[in-house]
Parts: sequence; structure tokens; C-alpha cells
Amino acid sequence: MSDNKRYAMVIDTRTCVGCAACVIGCKTENAVADGFARDWIVTHTSGTFPDLKMDIRSERCHHCADAPCVTSCPTGASHYGPGGSVQVNADKCTGCKACIASCPYDARFVDPRTGTVDKCTYCVHRIENGTPTTACQEVCPTDSIYFGDLNDPKSKVSELLARRDNYTLKPEAGTDPKHYFLR
Amino acid sequence: MNEFTSTRSNHLIDPVLHAWGWEVPIYLFLGGMVAGIMVLSGWMALRRQGAGMSSARAAAPSRALSLLPWASPFLISIGMMFLWLDLENGFNAHRFYFVFEPGSPMSWGSWILLGIYPASILLAWTMSPSEFREGWMKRLSFVPALGRIGDWAMQHMRFMAGANIAMGAALGIYTGVLLGTMASRPLWNSAILGPLFLVSGISTGAAFMLLYRLADRERIFLGKLDMSLIAVELLLLALWMIGLATAGAASRGALWALIGGPYTAAFWTLVVALGLLTPLIGEWIELRHGAVPGRLPAILVLVGGLSLRWILVYAGQFTSWAGDLTATLH
Repeated sequence: MSDNKRYAMVIDTRTCVGCAACVIGCKTENAVADGFARDWIVTHTSGTFPDLKMDIRSERCHHCADAPCVTSCPTGASHYGPGGSVQVNADKCTGCKACIASCPYDARFVDPRTGTVDKCTYCVHRIENGTPTTACQEVCPTDSIYFGDLNDPKSKVSELLARRDNYTLKPEAGTDPKHYFLR
Repeated sequence: MNEFTSTRSNHLIDPVLHAWGWEVPIYLFLGGMVAGIMVLSGWMALRRQGAGMSSARAAAPSRALSLLPWASPFLISIGMMFLWLDLENGFNAHRFYFVFEPGSPMSWGSWILLGIYPASILLAWTMSPSEFREGWMKRLSFVPALGRIGDWAMQHMRFMAGANIAMGAALGIYTGVLLGTMASRPLWNSAILGPLFLVSGISTGAAFMLLYRLADRERIFLGKLDMSLIAVELLLLALWMIGLATAGAASRGALWALIGGPYTAAFWTLVVALGLLTPLIGEWIELRHGAVPGRLPAILVLVGGLSLRWILVYAGQFTSWAGDLTATLH
């Protein structure tokens, strides 16, 4: 890691309504290939009728701190970028798909236009140029998406994770994901 | 009750991962077979040398056995072509050789594949019949360096044989480790896949050699060896499945793909019954009745070796940490 930041994303599942504006915002900002999405909406219903509970989540690459996609990449195309985010250098990518097979979240795909692997970048092209928000965060109509630096105790993400009950997906995969969900 | 719905519909990712298609199992099969040919050629060369000139073991190898090591560089080239076909951005293939990533089995494999060529070609040269070598020496006399390399290999035959065993073993194990290190796919995530693919690779290598006109003593040696390899392979398969059945919910759910799930029939018929048990029994009957091992059991072993890799590559991608896999079928 080249900096002292630790980027993370926090989703408030209490306020997320699953409108998919984040999906469209991301596709527009990043010119994602037709038919593909870097982020998506998952609706998780649990319990026994009539005592049912529903979580609505905006999901994407979890930018794991111990990312198997980075470890398994044979060319160094998958790498840790700004704030520990996981990035893909398309110039080095052979499209071998080892990273796709190794991702427990199935967050990656092959961009059919280039044959290289594509995924959420945490919009680092915006963040590193001074725009404080990711595209998905900016278009979210219910302010359910938060992005920030976990190493800054005053950041919104640090404050939310300190105050609210939260969880990560598949923690048993042991990848130390940086994508949190508020209960 | 847990029910998930997702808006994601990425090609080759949803509803079930299908990133690696038919090219990968063919490569894994050819790679395993080359590993087997290299290990067995090296071993048989060492065996002849170690036996001394007076022993029956030191009898001159058949012409087919002398020329078979040449199959390794050809078959691995075909395998690498399939691997290249699987790359979505094949024009960046040179990137494999700009870096070594110690955590990536695919990076290890790329470099191992480079070592396969000099090791297998030099052993093939030393094992070739003398008239074959002399003929090619004349044709290639315009490159004196090749002659010097050939002479060096002849003087270091034991080293070449040992190098082939080591490189063949590395190739065979890596093809299994490539899948075995994927923690995200519970069906693959087992250290047993390395030795399993190595033993299966040596077995298919022996089967490939048995397709050619070998001397009877060579056929009997390979036939007996193949029986042992099939027995070990069955044991490793059983251990792998016991490991999955006892390693937690995700692994147990993954095993379901082979014992009740969509790959059950293919796995038990093509791999276990046709590819392992039938040739094992066939080879046992042949040897018990003093017959020289024929080609039919060998062909079945090859069918089984390809089926094992085909089914594992597909079934492994079908499994994930999602838990109840039966849900993904509906």
C-alpha cells in the first residue's frame, strides 16, 4: 500500500430500498459493458412466516485486505491500489480468470470488449482526484452508501461502524473484506 | 428459511460460475499425461542404468519406448494451445513471463512449463535410437551448438532422467494445486488434489505409453505399475471425499454435487466405474492369466483421466460458500 489510508464502504440495510440507482450510476460513470454490472442488489429474506426479516443490500467487490484474487493473479494485474483497494491493471491482464475463480463473492467478470477482468474500483479515479464520493454513493436517493477511510476515526464510515451493529459477508472465507453492512 | 434474490446477471458468473470452459480440463489432462510420460521415462531410464549391463532389466528398450519421450514436448504444446485458447486476452500471454508471483499456482505453472521443454527434449534425445540421433545430427550439423548440447545430455543421462522425474512431478502436482488452492470453491479446496492429479497423471502417462508397440516386458512393467497407480488414485479419491464430508457445511454442500447433485452420474460412471475400476479389474485379469496388458484398459484409463478433470473443473465452479447448493438449481 502506497498510502496510510484504508478505504471501506458501508451500506445501511435499514434505509436501502433496492432501487438499483447505484447500479445505473456505476454503469454510467464507469462505462461498464452492456449486460454487465460492477455492483448489484441482493434481497435476503430470512425467518419463518409470518416472522420474516428482509435485508436489502447494495453489493460489489469487497476490496478484501487479504484478497485471493490478488494472490492468485499470475501476472500482478490484480493488485492493491490506493487505500488498500483492490484494482486491476488491464495492461497486465491475460484474462486467465484465476481471480474470478478465486473470488468468494463472484464480484469479477470479463469485459467482453477488452478480454480483461473488470470489477468495482471504489471509483478511485474520482476519489484520488478530490471528489469525495463514489458514483454509486452520489446517486443513492436514500443516502444508504458511505465511503471513507477506516484509518481516520472521524470519517463517517469509522463513526458508523463504531456506533451501529454491522456485519460482513462470508467472513469465514478469511479474506478480511472492507465492505460492511449496517443492521 | 433464507432466500436470496440478486439483480446481478453477469455472463459466465451467474447463475453458476462458468469462467473456465472445456479448454482447461483438456489442458489439465494433457499436462497430467505429459507429467506421467516424463516421470515414467526418467524412471525407466534410471532403472536400466542402475541395473547394470548384465541384468535383464538392462535389455535394450523397444523402439517405441525409445521414441516415446518425444511425445512430451508435442503434447504439452497442444495443451498450452488449449490454455491459450482459454485466455480472454491471449495477446497479453507474454505477461506470464514478466514476473514470478510466488502465491499464484498459475505463475508457478507458467515457469514449470518453460522447464518442461529442455528437460523432456534432452531426455528424449538421450533415449532415442543411435541411428535416429545420427540422422538428426547430420541434418542439424549447421548448428554446432545443438551437437554440443546433445553430447552433454548423453554424458549426463542420469541427471536428465532425474530432472524429468522432478519436472514431471512438479507439473503433475501443480495442475492439482491450481484448483486446490481456490478457497472460494469448496469442492476444489483440498491439498489432496495435488497428489491426486499427479497419480492420475502418471497413470494416464502409462496408459498413453501402452497404446504403442512396446516389448512384452515393458508392457507388463507398465501394466503392473498402472494397477498400483489406479489403486492409489481410488484411495486418494476416497480420502478427498472423506475430507469434504467432514470439513464443514460449505465442503459438505460441495460434495453433494458428486453424491446426489448434477455431476453424480457422470462422476461415478465415467471416472470411478469406467475409468478406474474397469481397467483395474481388466489389468488384474490380464496379469493373473499371464497375458500381456492390452490397449483396452489403457484407453479406459485415458477416458477416466479426462473425465476426472472435466467433471472436477465444471463441478468445482458449481460450488461456492453460498451454502445450500440445491437452491441454485431452481
